[in-house]
This record gives sequence, structure tokens and C-alpha cells, in this order.
Amino acid sequence: MSQADKMDKMKQGQFTNPETPGYVGFANLPNQVHRKSVKKGFEFTLMVVGESGLGKSTLINSLFLTDLYPERVIPGAAEKIERTVQIEASTVEIEERGVKLRLTVVDTPGYGDAINSQDCFSTIIAYIDDQFERYLHDESGLNRRHIVDNRVHCCFYFISPLGHGLKPLDVQFMKAIHNKVNVVPVIAKADTLTLRERERLKRRILDEIDEHGIKIYHLPDAESDEDEDFKEQTRILKASIPFAVVGSNQQIEAKGKKVRGRLYPWGVVEVENPEHNDFLKLRTMLITHMQDLQEVTQDLHYENFRSDRLKRGGRLSSHGYVLPLSPAKAPEPEEMDKDMILQEKEAELRRMQEMIAKMQAQMQNQGEGDGQHV
Amino acid sequence: LSAGQPSRKRSHSSGGGSTLLGYIGIDTIIEQMRKKTMKTGFDFNIMVVGPSGLGKSTLVNTLFKSQVSRKSAGWSRDEKIPKTVEIKSVSHVIEEGGVKMKLTVVDTPGFGDQINNDNCWEPISKYINEQFEKFLKEEVNITRKKRIPDTRVHCCVYFIPPTGHSLRQLDVEFMKRLSHSVNIIPVIAKSDTMTVEERQEFKQRVRKELEMNGIEFYPQKEFDDDIEDKSDNDKIREMMPFAVVGSDKEYQVNGKRVLGRKTPWGIIEVENPNHCEFAQLRDFLIRSHLQDLKEVTHNIHYETYRAKRLNDNGGLHPITSNDTQESNL
Repeated sequence: MSQADKMDKMKQGQFTNPETPGYVGFANLPNQVHRKSVKKGFEFTLMVVGESGLGKSTLINSLFLTDLYPERVIPGAAEKIERTVQIEASTVEIEERGVKLRLTVVDTPGYGDAINSQDCFSTIIAYIDDQFERYLHDESGLNRRHIVDNRVHCCFYFISPLGHGLKPLDVQFMKAIHNKVNVVPVIAKADTLTLRERERLKRRILDEIDEHGIKIYHLPDAESDEDEDFKEQTRILKASIPFAVVGSNQQIEAKGKKVRGRLYPWGVVEVENPEHNDFLKLRTMLITHMQDLQEVTQDLHYENFRSDRLKRGGRLSSHGYVLPLSPAKAPEPEEMDKDMILQEKEAELRRMQEMIAKMQAQMQNQGEGDGQHV
Repeated sequence: LSAGQPSRKRSHSSGGGSTLLGYIGIDTIIEQMRKKTMKTGFDFNIMVVGPSGLGKSTLVNTLFKSQVSRKSAGWSRDEKIPKTVEIKSVSHVIEEGGVKMKLTVVDTPGFGDQINNDNCWEPISKYINEQFEKFLKEEVNITRKKRIPDTRVHCCVYFIPPTGHSLRQLDVEFMKRLSHSVNIIPVIAKSDTMTVEERQEFKQRVRKELEMNGIEFYPQKEFDDDIEDKSDNDKIREMMPFAVVGSDKEYQVNGKRVLGRKTPWGIIEVENPNHCEFAQLRDFLIRSHLQDLKEVTHNIHYETYRAKRLNDNGGLHPITSNDTQESNL
């Protein structure tokens, strides 16, 4: 047994003494899995959706204590009107106690910005589907050892605190993606609300979610063999959804210590104070359920996508699936041109190769004739 | 929930990341995975190959400290050597330290027992490929099971008779052919027939022959992940093939109860590293490389089979759930 395994065993404490007669040792398997997982690291993709100015970027930076968007330029109103929804993915590698997390945050600037937001989420849905498609393709291919999982594991949907509940756009969007991704609704900029207003808004939102049949991500109940602390924590988390959060990356002096928060004339809103907002709860939920979020994405959303895709017919060949184009994506004129261009290029290549072969043959003949080496 | 720290009990040693200004709790993800592994339990399928009488069943029972392998205690009148190689698999669920394992032992009676042993590896090769095929069919199903039942052979323990001379032709042929589709762990059976010196010499010779014939036994050099793995595995490869003795009888030695074999000249203690290498085999197979055996089977051997299948008849049709005949659980 290697040193690491021995140390793991000592740390475990759950083991019977290895010298106990009858002890085989396969109880060490979770430790073996642990070692391999630590080596491999972990991948997670989080999507954030919400109107501009709801504090999405600030919140993401706060969540992972990094600066994901160091060179950010905030566009003015005029620029915003012209923009369609973009998809911007940034990846950051975070390491903590030897465990590596490769976190990808997919931002969706432009969502809800246009005067007519009728179609602003088709880009987002296409992105999610695209990642599924890519994974399906990789999974069906030959080289599967190093598949990169870019599927969206969780979507934070930011709800404005200024309304009386969900807006029509909120309802439409969540209904469009709740079968494709785990949706976690978040009330943004919660410091605009008093605690009473916050509770009322939360209840209102939950009612509307029910009313419209929106399927948000459900935290699994704590297992019966978990410790009481964890069970209590899970209860608290479940009762606080949707989380009302405040984000900030500024350090403010409050009560003699430095805290992250927002300084108002009437006081300091502390980001990490559970009495001020649900930021910590959101972060705890995300971290303690990262594994579950991935699993639900894999076992539910991805499998749904896959079975739908396969039902439309196709064959599993060594080069991946050969599927008819999905009806949503009719062949675009550019794509048709691309095929033609490709064919033309291939024909040209062949012609050039033939020419080169001819030239080489000629040179050889000359060489032999003159006794010269070209 | 206290500020800055998740509420689960955990030691607060200093974090590693230099970009972090506080503790987030990413390492708990690994803990979540570990707990999941413990809850779901796991499958492990071990195959034993070798001529009869080499103590295969006894060894498996000794390894897992339970009666998991069919054993004929001495030859009974009715037990006959089968005319062809049979494949017999027996499954048991055993539990230890909260971890449940469904252990399947695949025995291969008749291997190497005939007068003419030509191609006696074929039924074994066929069985291994059949398990790959079963898994592949499940995988390409349109509606897949969440956890595909895994009957693939994770490890094949090959028993080398302790002739003291060298590998037999049959040994070489078998290992050469099968090392490409399954993890082969060669062991020298009934090693109590040799003295320590004879054992060492035999081992050296066997290793040289394995090398000469290009037989890559597990742990295969080409699959070492990193330097740490390589150095761990190098040490193991140096010791292989393990010279083992198996027993399910207990005796009193120095006040302790040990598994062993009693002879007029002394008691052979199975788990005593001075007597034989059983303990090393067990530690290697179960305590440190169990998960790796499964991973190499899944990531390498299964993928090789799958790639071949995909290239062969131009592809596989994804199957609807109506097509599967067996109802796997």
C-alpha cells in the first residue's frame, strides 16, 4: 500500500483495525476513488441569466472569490439596444486543499436588454443544446478517454427585486429551459428590500412558479444517516429558496473588522452575514450540491436530450453519430455554401496533387536523361 | 450558518489556493463523491484460470475471507474434469466498513486439463467479449439505465503451476492472447512446494519469459498515470508474479489464530509475508488497486472492444427499449 493510502486510512477512522481477523480491505475502495478524483479534479459549468445591472457578475466574483471579469467595460444604453444576446464563457481553475475545480461561468449579456425581448432566449437554449450535442458526439466517438464536459450543470436565474414577482419574460424563459438545465432562481440586489418585503416576494415567486408549472432544481432531502447539523442545514436551505442575495467585492470596515459589503449612509450591508442576505446559503447550496447538480444534468437532462435525439434516427459509427439535421436548425445558406466550398477545395487539392505528381515524373525523367540530380 | 465557513464539521487547516481570500469548500465535493461511492456500492468481477487442483477456489475464498467460490473439498467421486472449458460464475454481496461489494467469481474448470488443450482459451475469450457486448448494448440503448450492470471481467488471476522450471507453452499462449482484453495477474500457485531460493529463481525465470514474449500483465507499464503511479507500480511489478498459498483453515500460532496449512514440519502461515506472498497479493489487489482494475477495464479494454465493434460492421444501431430481451436489474 502506498503512503497516501496508509495516511488516508489513518484519517478515515471508520475502518476496523486492519489486523482484525476477517478484515479484507475493500472498504478502502472509497479512498481509492477519492485519490483518483483528487488527481482528476472536477469540472463544473454554471450559467447566469438575467437582465443587465442585476449584479450577476459581481455575485459570481463574490461566490468564488476571484475576479472573473477583470477588464470589463459596461456598455451604454445605445450600445445595448443594438446587441443581441451573447454567450460569453470564462473558465477559471480554482484549487483548494489539493482539489482542483475547473469552473466555467457562462454569462449571457444582452438578455432582456432589447426593447422587444421576444426572442432573446433562443441563443441561450441553442447554447445549452449545443453542449449536449457535443457531448453526445464525443460520447459516441472512438476516443472517449478525455471527454471534456461543457454541459451546463446549473443556471442561476436572476429575478429583479423591483417587481411584484415574476415578469412574463421570467416565466417564459424558465419554462423554456427547465427541462434542459437545473434552474436555481435568485433574487438579485436583495438590499433594496426590507426583510418583510423579501419574504413576501419569495412567497409570491414560489406561488407563481407553482402556478406556471416551472420545474426548478429541488435540493434532495438529507439522507437519514447524515448528522443532525447537515439535516438542519438542508432544511434551512430548502426553506430559503429562492435565495435573496447581495454581492460585493469591496472590503468595508464594519464593527471593527473588514467585511465584504456595500456602504450606505444608513449602514453597511454585509455580504457574508446570513441575517442580511442569503449569499452564504447560495454558496453553501452550490458547493454541497455540486455533485448532485452534475448527476441530475447527466441522468435526467442529458439523457432526455439523448433519447430524443436518437429517436429521430441515426447510426452510431466510428465517427460519431450521423444524424439528420434537427428540425430546429434548417440548413442555413452559409452552411450549404460551406459544403460546396469544401468540395471545391478538395477537387482543387486533387488537381494540384496530380500536377505535382506529373512534375515529379518529368523531373525524374530529365534527371535520368542528363545524369543530373535535381 | 456561521459567516465564512460551511457548517459541516471539518478541520480548519490552511487552504491551498493562492487566489482565494477565504475558504469556499471545494474539497467537500470529493467527500460527496466518496459518500456516494459508499452508498451505491460497487461490482467487482474476478476470474480465475488454471488447471484444476492449483487451489484457485481456495485462494479466492482466502482473499475475500468468505466462501465465495465453489469449492470441491477434495475430489468427490462425482466431480469429473469437464470435457471442455466451462465458465461458471457465482455472485455474492459482501459488506465491510459500510461498503457493499457485489463480488462475482468466474471459474473456468477444465482449462488446461485435457490431453489436447488446443484453443482452450477460446471459451474464456468469448466470455470476456460477451460481457463487453452486454455492456455496449446497454450503453447505446436509447433509454439507458442509470447504472449499467457491470459484468465485465475486471481481473483475471492466472495460476502458474509451481514446476520450478519455466512457463509452459499453454501459459504463454493464454497470457499473450488475453492480456489485450483483460487485466491479467499471474500468480504462482501452491508455492509452498518450493523453498525460498527456488521460488526466487523460478520467479526470475518466469518474469524473463513474460518479458520475452511481450506479455503485458497488470499493472501495465503503458497505463501508469504519472510518476507517483509509476514508482508505486514499478515496485509491484518487481514482485510479480506473487507466489501464494491459500487456505481456509485456522490454527493457533504464538497465541494468534492464523490461516494456514499444517504439516509435520511446521505450519505454513498464509498471511505471513515471510512464508508466502499472499498478503502482498491481497493488499495489491484489494486494498490499493481495486478501483484501478475497474478503471483500466472500463477505459482501456472495454474501449478497445468498443472501437473495434464500431469500426467493424460500419456501426451499431441505437436500440429501442423494446429490443432488449433481458430485464436487467
